[in-house]
Amino acid sequence: MEPTVFVPTDLYVMLSAVMFVMGAMGVLLRRNAIIIFMSVELMLNSANLALVAFARQWGQVDGQVFVFFVMTVAAAEVAVGLALIVAIFRARKSINIDEMHEMKG
Amino acid sequence: MENFPQLVPLVVFAPLLGLLINLVLGKYLGERGVGFVAVGAALTALGTALLLWMSLIATGYEPTVVELPLMPNWINIPAAAVDIAWQFRVDTLSVTMMLVVAGVGSLIHFYATGYMHGDPMYPRFFVYLNLFLVFMMLLVTGNNFLVMFVGWEGVGLCSYLLISFWWDKQNRPADPVEAEKYGTLGWRNSIAGRKAFIVNRIGDFGLLLGVFLTFWTFGTLDFYKPGEVPIAPRHEEAAVVEHEAAAAPAEGEGEGGPLAARMGVFNQAELLIEEGADVDFGPFSLPIDVVVTLITLFFLLGVTGKSAQIPLFVWLPDAMAGPTPVSALIHAATMVTAGVYLIVRSNVLFHAAPLSSAVVALVGTFTALVGGFIAMGQWDIKKVLAYSTVSQLGFMVAAAGLGAYAAAMFHLVTHAFFKALLFLGSGVVIHAVEHGHHHAHAHGEHAEEEDVFDPQDMRNMGGLKQRMPVTYITYLVGTLALAGIFPFAGFWSKDEILADALNVGFLEGRLEGYIAFGVLFIAALFTAFYMGRQLFMVFFGEPRTEAARHADEKAYGMQAMTRTLLVLAGGATLVGLINVPRGFWVFDWVIPNHAFTDFLEHTVVYAHAGSAQMLLAILAVAGGLSMIWLAWMIYGKKPVVQGSKDPLEVTPQTKGIFAYANARMYWDETYYRFFEGPFNRAAWWLADKLDWAFLHDFVHETILYETYNGITRLLTRPIDLGLIDGAVNGLARLIQAIAARMRRLQTGYVRVYALSVLLGAVVVVLLMLAPVLSDLLGG
Repeated sequence: MEPTVFVPTDLYVMLSAVMFVMGAMGVLLRRNAIIIFMSVELMLNSANLALVAFARQWGQVDGQVFVFFVMTVAAAEVAVGLALIVAIFRARKSINIDEMHEMKG
Repeated sequence: MENFPQLVPLVVFAPLLGLLINLVLGKYLGERGVGFVAVGAALTALGTALLLWMSLIATGYEPTVVELPLMPNWINIPAAAVDIAWQFRVDTLSVTMMLVVAGVGSLIHFYATGYMHGDPMYPRFFVYLNLFLVFMMLLVTGNNFLVMFVGWEGVGLCSYLLISFWWDKQNRPADPVEAEKYGTLGWRNSIAGRKAFIVNRIGDFGLLLGVFLTFWTFGTLDFYKPGEVPIAPRHEEAAVVEHEAAAAPAEGEGEGGPLAARMGVFNQAELLIEEGADVDFGPFSLPIDVVVTLITLFFLLGVTGKSAQIPLFVWLPDAMAGPTPVSALIHAATMVTAGVYLIVRSNVLFHAAPLSSAVVALVGTFTALVGGFIAMGQWDIKKVLAYSTVSQLGFMVAAAGLGAYAAAMFHLVTHAFFKALLFLGSGVVIHAVEHGHHHAHAHGEHAEEEDVFDPQDMRNMGGLKQRMPVTYITYLVGTLALAGIFPFAGFWSKDEILADALNVGFLEGRLEGYIAFGVLFIAALFTAFYMGRQLFMVFFGEPRTEAARHADEKAYGMQAMTRTLLVLAGGATLVGLINVPRGFWVFDWVIPNHAFTDFLEHTVVYAHAGSAQMLLAILAVAGGLSMIWLAWMIYGKKPVVQGSKDPLEVTPQTKGIFAYANARMYWDETYYRFFEGPFNRAAWWLADKLDWAFLHDFVHETILYETYNGITRLLTRPIDLGLIDGAVNGLARLIQAIAARMRRLQTGYVRVYALSVLLGAVVVVLLMLAPVLSDLLGG
């Protein structure tokens, strides 16, 4: 069955770009660790979107398969990342990313 | 009996076995066990020597050469034509020496079991004594000069070990002059041992040179090859055959080479001298008779060392510091006669070198005189005997130098008996006086005497005749034998030497004969005088100390000593009868004439029998008796009392002479002034100036040390610190500086890292897209 509305691939890519930029901005500009984390997820999903879109464009399933891997890895990453954030919060009573600059040279 | 000569290694190996047993087990055997092993070893050697003697008689005095089992080639270097075998020689000369060494040696071993009783180093003493027998037997049984040299050096070593046997003896000499010289602690025995060893080194150096020269000249060191017959006047019929057989093939070839394989030293010497050959020394060559003279003169140097002749006799009197059995065995009866043995063994060479023989005769003659003179002025009982030994060795050497080889060997044999007897007798006296001293001291008397009491000083004796009858009788026998009184052993042998000197002088008209006869006669008178003096001072009169009053010859362990004295006294009485000259009174019908000379003649080709000189014999005995009478007048009739001086010392006419004799003619002092002193100064100069000031302070401290320091400073400061450290440190500073700037990048803010990751990703993407973009823009 043919789709009723054919959304051109350009739009998916543009949406993906917008989402990526929003995520990047979030990572770079925000101080709250959870927000940054969410922004990272946003960037990942923008990439997923682009992959799915291109997969559809070319009629291949490679991209789709890849997206599943990305989502799996992201889920694992979330588990680890949230655990880290909880641990940091317990230690410092804060998740302000700017307060964590022990790596300053 | 023909196979008996094969036993000859036993005379060396029996004492060797004995010493090994005592060396390993001596600690556990106890005094009796050690003594049994050592005496047994000596007796085994004696038994072997007796068997060899019997076999010689049975086989017509044929010399036999025996290879050492298991050691056929001792030194064999085919490339250099050196082939020296370790061979034993059984002939009348070596068997005579073996009998003397083993016979007197066994008696002295037995004596020493009593003398050394209670000594903490008892087993070691017998190890050394047996070791001495080993080396002495090697010396006399070797068939070549090198084996003889090994023994020669070995007995020197044993002499050293035994002189300094009581190396830690805290001996304070009673004589203030000696106390001054050696100090109160007085490591006298060690010093004496060292002196003996060093003085002997000089002699051994001469012998070694002689041996080298012999080898160069003759290409072999063997006396005679196995089965070789001496070429000599008395073997004329045999010699002609032998001579032709040996000389014919040798004519085409030069001396040394092939001749050396067939012919020993002595026959080669006869041949070469007859031919008048020259000896090639590379750049020059010398006539054979000059070379033989040189060899024999080198041998003479060895003889003066080992047999205590002028100028090297000074070690022998000091050697008396050793235990008395050692003095008797090594420094009177056997080792010191090795020099005489060497001359007699080399009689062919000495006979061919009249100059050397004359020198030997004169050296011996004057040694006899000097030794006899010094002996007259000594206080120490053993020093008197030591100088007497020097004197008697002089007699033997003089006889050998005069060509009277048989007389020299005869005197060697008789002297071994009566001098061993006298030394052992003096040992008993010393032992008894020391015993008496301890006895007296135990009663708490004369405690102040303790530190200066010398049991060897004749001034501390006197009147021992009643306390020690056995010792007295045997000592009297020894004295009469040494003084040459008829019929004791010394009479026969000394008289033969004097008669031979007389013959050489008045019949052959040789100058050294006249001198030797005159001087030896005086020396013989000296002998009678100093022996009379000693006898009267020790045994006659009243005891001069408490120690002498308590002297006792029946203390524990002394039975062995007095029994030995009795056996030796018998020997000293009778041993002279082995060589009674022809035409002497009733003896012509009773005893075979000059049996000993006939025995020796089978080996010593230039030996000849002495003829009786009735007038001379009467004169000599009369002279000896009158000198003993003189000694009686001076020392016996009016005995020296306690604390008084020697009668000769207080008489104005003899005072100077006595002091001169008492000071040993200043030989030691002269040597000190001319040799030891300059040597010490040279050593001091070398040590202090050359070594310390020049080598150490200048060469090492100044040149080497400063140069090294300079180089080190150069390497340290500019090169190591400046260049190498500069490069390393500079690199480190550079990296530090870069790092200081780089660290600013590490802000620690996560977002900065994120941004840089982002920018990096952008750059990567741009690079990946570069071709596409350039297509888009360009095209």
